[in-house]
Amino acid sequence: MKKQSVFIEGAISPEFIANAIAKHQSKHTIGGHNIFLGQVRADEIDHKNVAAIEFTAYEDMALEQIAAIREKAFKTFDLTCMHIYHSLGKVQAGDICFFVFVSAKHSKELYAATEYLVNIIKKKVPIFGKEIFEDSSHQWKTNTN
Amino acid sequence: MITIKYFGMLAEQAQCKQEQLDLKSLTLKELIKDITEKHNMNTLPFHVAVNQKLVQESEDQALQLHDEIAFLPPFAGG
Repeated sequence: MKKQSVFIEGAISPEFIANAIAKHQSKHTIGGHNIFLGQVRADEIDHKNVAAIEFTAYEDMALEQIAAIREKAFKTFDLTCMHIYHSLGKVQAGDICFFVFVSAKHSKELYAATEYLVNIIKKKVPIFGKEIFEDSSHQWKTNTN
Repeated sequence: MITIKYFGMLAEQAQCKQEQLDLKSLTLKELIKDITEKHNMNTLPFHVAVNQKLVQESEDQALQLHDEIAFLPPFAGG
């Protein structure tokens, strides 16, 4: 299985996302794209606001899992392209930490594929998040779904 | 030697990200018991992966030389 690059140090910039879109302009079988962007929330917990999340991952296992997820998604949905990016390291509230980008001939497949990918990555990929508050204290993030 | 890896809150609790142990013909269950006691991790939620594959809580297996055992806290990607 070919392992695509997934992890990006720090926030995923709007320029990176724009470039990813631009790179697909030469692929003329594509009729539509769908994008999901995960953004760090400044959640208020016990009267303190989350200032940033510091992400770590069990990278070897995460890349294996994502390769398997990609293979399954390509079999399930009629997609032309699929790109998955996730931040490692510190990402400030308001910045983008997760970027799922799927392209297909027709729009129908794109919504279902995006939802599938976002949900399964949250559930199956060993990525961990330390929520850092404005006073530098922290707690560990847990996905609720 | 086997390699033990800790992530997130478990690395914080164990105060290390990785350690190596002699195999000592332990089974996986025995190793998990030893590790949770050693690092006082009994009350923390975690899953265990052997060589990058998650194992069920009820599963036991003999450990092999060069196995990589990872203690993984709840996932938080996305």
